[in-house]
Amino acid sequence: MPRVDPPRVDLVDSTVAIDPVVSAVSRPGAGGVALFVGVVRDEADGRAVTLLEYEAYRPMALAEMHRIVDEIQRTDPEVRVAVTHRVGALRVGDVAVVCAASAPHRGEAFAACRRLIDEIKARVPIWKREHGPEGAYWVGWRDARCEPGGHGHEPGHEHGHGHGHEAGDDEPKERP
Amino acid sequence: MIRVLAFAGARDAIGTAELDLALDGPTTARALLARLCAAHPRLAPYASSIRLAVNGTYAAWDDPVADGDEVAIIPPVAGG
Repeated sequence: MPRVDPPRVDLVDSTVAIDPVVSAVSRPGAGGVALFVGVVRDEADGRAVTLLEYEAYRPMALAEMHRIVDEIQRTDPEVRVAVTHRVGALRVGDVAVVCAASAPHRGEAFAACRRLIDEIKARVPIWKREHGPEGAYWVGWRDARCEPGGHGHEPGHEHGHGHGHEAGDDEPKERP
Repeated sequence: MIRVLAFAGARDAIGTAELDLALDGPTTARALLARLCAAHPRLAPYASSIRLAVNGTYAAWDDPVADGDEVAIIPPVAGG
């Protein structure tokens, strides 16, 4: 039986296995593999989070992830990247996304992995509904009337400014 | 006729995940969003944060929308 290569891009509705994502970018000329694992966190901007419901516009999400992979590999032909994203109901500690990048050396691998997760967060049509003691709402879905200058909100309680609600985010958050 | 798909908060705002819309003629992404907001007032306050995708690709506001297209209402994405 011929070996089936793991997909470079995948969208799954159950536990994400990390190894196949690493295997998808591994090759003899790659001396470095960088990995980013996005995990559901127990709080967002001071609110407790118990559950995140992810949904995707599946055909476009897959197409957009393929476009991102192609763009990164076109920029640096020595780099290979792969991503698996999960959708459905995720609890604290569950893996939401795994990104891997390989390159001859670590610098390019880290840079490509960073670019991959940043582009995914900015472009791929995937949404999440955050559940906690204060109810449920779609992360980032904000009413223009709630913009700064509209009615007042306490800092840290705006509904969604694009960033600051991510599961498994890699950026430390400023706290009030 | 075009098929309109609504996701996440946009689906909640218009009350359905899919709807069919008759076009009088060729239109643009910008005009279509204005029409959707007029028909669904609960969507209107969010208009500035919405993008449209036509046939699976993000549309520029001047891009054409024509019969047979699948148009998706894309709220701010939150993957990762």
